Amino acid sequence: MKIITRIAGRLVKAAIVLLAILVLNFLLIHSAPGDPATVMAGEAGATDELFLEQLRIKFGLDQPLYVQLWKYVSDVARLDLGFSYRQQMPVLDLILDRLPATLLLTGSAFLVSLVLGVLAGVLAASRVGRWSDTLISTVALIFYATPLFWAALMGVLLFSVTLGWLPPFGFETVGAGYTGMARAMDIARHLVLPAVSLGLFFTAVYSRMTRASMLEVSQMDFVKTARAKGLSPRLIQRRHVLRNALLPIVTLAGLQAGQLVGGAVLTETVFAWPGIGRLMFEALAQRDYNVLLGVFFVSAAMVIVFNMITDLIYGIVDPRIRVQ
Amino acid sequence: MRRLLTAAIAGLLPATSAMADPVMGGRANIVVQPEPPSLMLGLVQNAPTQMVAGNIYEGLLRYDTKLNPMPSLAKSWEISEDGLTYTFHLEDGVKWHDGTPFSSADVVFTADVFLRESHPRFRAVLAHVESITAPDDNTVVFKLKSAFGPFLNAFEVGSMPIVPKHVYEGTDFATNPANNTPIGTGPFKLDEWSKGSYIKLVKNADYWDEGKPYLDEIYWHVIPDAASRAVAFETGQVDILPGGSIENFDVPRITALENTCSTESGWEFFGPQSWVWMNNRQGPTASKEFRQAIMYAIDRDFVRDALWNGMGKVSTGPFAGSTRFYDASIAPFSYDPEKAKELVKASGYDGEVLEFVPMPYGETWMRLAEVIKQNLSDIGVNVDIVSTDVAGWNKRLSDWDFDLSTTYLFQYGDPALGVARTYISSNIAKGSPWNNVAGYSNPDIDALFEKGAGTINTDERAAAYTEVQRKLAEDVPVGWLLDMGFPTITRCNVKDLITTGIGVNDGFKNAYIEK
Repeated sequence: MKIITRIAGRLVKAAIVLLAILVLNFLLIHSAPGDPATVMAGEAGATDELFLEQLRIKFGLDQPLYVQLWKYVSDVARLDLGFSYRQQMPVLDLILDRLPATLLLTGSAFLVSLVLGVLAGVLAASRVGRWSDTLISTVALIFYATPLFWAALMGVLLFSVTLGWLPPFGFETVGAGYTGMARAMDIARHLVLPAVSLGLFFTAVYSRMTRASMLEVSQMDFVKTARAKGLSPRLIQRRHVLRNALLPIVTLAGLQAGQLVGGAVLTETVFAWPGIGRLMFEALAQRDYNVLLGVFFVSAAMVIVFNMITDLIYGIVDPRIRVQ
Repeated sequence: MRRLLTAAIAGLLPATSAMADPVMGGRANIVVQPEPPSLMLGLVQNAPTQMVAGNIYEGLLRYDTKLNPMPSLAKSWEISEDGLTYTFHLEDGVKWHDGTPFSSADVVFTADVFLRESHPRFRAVLAHVESITAPDDNTVVFKLKSAFGPFLNAFEVGSMPIVPKHVYEGTDFATNPANNTPIGTGPFKLDEWSKGSYIKLVKNADYWDEGKPYLDEIYWHVIPDAASRAVAFETGQVDILPGGSIENFDVPRITALENTCSTESGWEFFGPQSWVWMNNRQGPTASKEFRQAIMYAIDRDFVRDALWNGMGKVSTGPFAGSTRFYDASIAPFSYDPEKAKELVKASGYDGEVLEFVPMPYGETWMRLAEVIKQNLSDIGVNVDIVSTDVAGWNKRLSDWDFDLSTTYLFQYGDPALGVARTYISSNIAKGSPWNNVAGYSNPDIDALFEKGAGTINTDERAAAYTEVQRKLAEDVPVGWLLDMGFPTITRCNVKDLITTGIGVNDGFKNAYIEK
């Protein structure tokens, strides 16, 4: 019973936060100079007053701002994210169309960086001061400092242009007509470069964080006690040290998970990945308000969901922590 | 006789002749950037839409690289003596992509109803038209209010795409669901559009021009990053890079690749010309001497060679070289900083800092802004570069909130269609970045442009436009930079891709891929 009221409380809070985000985004976007009508007219290279007027009426931009805001908020409350006149499609369809590609990309990057990062961190911590520790720490530092787009371009240059091992961009081989397993393999091949470049930074963060955290925990009294009891070092590492060192990792992973939706603008652009980050970026350049707000809304909702999940995981990793 | 001649040539050059036979089948992979918002060419006329939809829709006429009209949906046409009546005879046996027969009623509906509502550029042309009628199924007659010189130049597919009456009549054009499944008469049909990835067109097997098109399918690849587009060509994903697809600094590297051909042809109709907008209303740029100084101060040869890798030509005045009635005898401005300094002095410039809002269309344009800033600081003019994104730039220009800016505009083959709009007073209106943004106003120029447009007598037109060019070159309402060159880069086995003055936008009707 208590847990239900607790969850209900969080949901109410989440709804308020979402509403605030919605209103704030709406106002921010509309305060940017330019509107979709001038952008569309500009792209056509010619226009007259009548044409701009027609577009503005079509987009509902002739209404006062508070009317537009009220209409938008009440539409969203009914889960209607509006219509993109530019793309001639309902925004929700556009987003649902692009979301799987982004989830696949960011999800893979998330898994790759979490697994690789924690493994590397544990390895470095257990060999602290030795050459393998130095190597891991140095590589992590380099990845940490490398700009994403540069890593991506270098990856393309090496693995696609020079070696020809991996496709340089795209979601799958266009027009190849693969189905089933062959298609999955094809998509997987296309996924390697973008997912790795996107995951590099977090891999580095996880490994450094894990290493530091493990070293800190291993100095604590209860670890000494465990050692004194004569437990095997492996068991101590796994049960006592790693488990207690995981908390900050969970915090970070929660942060990264929050970026699963909409956090890959650069990667998606460089690799022509048909995801939601690019959709958002293009919508920004074109002042396609509804699409932009829609992506923001969906991303914000996902961040809230991931925050809740993170809180639950805290409780599992360390039972002393209770979700308030 | 003609057949005999062909036979003789074939006998002399057997290899060339064999190669000139178009090959059936195959696929073209080409880049499109940015992704078009829609392929309904009657509603949306931005560059990527025109490029893809030029395969789906057709106009009444096409234009060769010298801008002479050629048949398309109209197989022949006549103009009355007084230049007021244009009669078009349409091709027989044309069908829409859904199988419905095409007729003159479609043309009347398109021009008189559809485009009048939705196409600003064609609407301006229609202002000269008194009536559009269809005496029979295969004939359309345009009657003009008064003679309009460039009328025959306004029928290309981007200006006047013919749309199906049976799909659009009586509907709200903008929200018609058919906009997502465009129905045209063109050589290719839309097959699949995977948003964010590619657009696939397939051959129209029922195409009226027997035997064409040759290709089976066209894939337009959406690749947002310029470097990735270059890589796409290098690694073989695409075979065609339309003009402007890759950054200029990549052009020499890509064109040097094996089995790679490039041409600057196919832009004659558009005649893209770049210039520096100068706000003629206020500040130092309101002075003629000051504007002339800017023309002398900018090292345009350097701009062409260093920024555009030698592509294009330095503009001599308001008409791009490929535009009709271009007068080559007008003395071009040279790079002369000393003269520029004198002119700046003469203008009474007091050191005020000018706001320069460059066009945010990619790296090269930002570099151009830096060159111009440097050139102007060399003659003692202070400039602040204000960075914006595209929407913000549109807004600043539309609101006349700038001292200097850059841009490039199409000239649409005829001064009355693409040039006049930049300089005539009636085209000064807040709210658009593409009209007479500079705010230049000169009754003589207005009258001359009107005279040039109001007759079909070529000599009279030429005389008026020569005068226009002289006067404008003296007044410098904007600072002309380059008649731009946009190379289309292809594998050498892609043949006959560009056969007209609108290049890739004219569709792949004649293109084939040599085995």
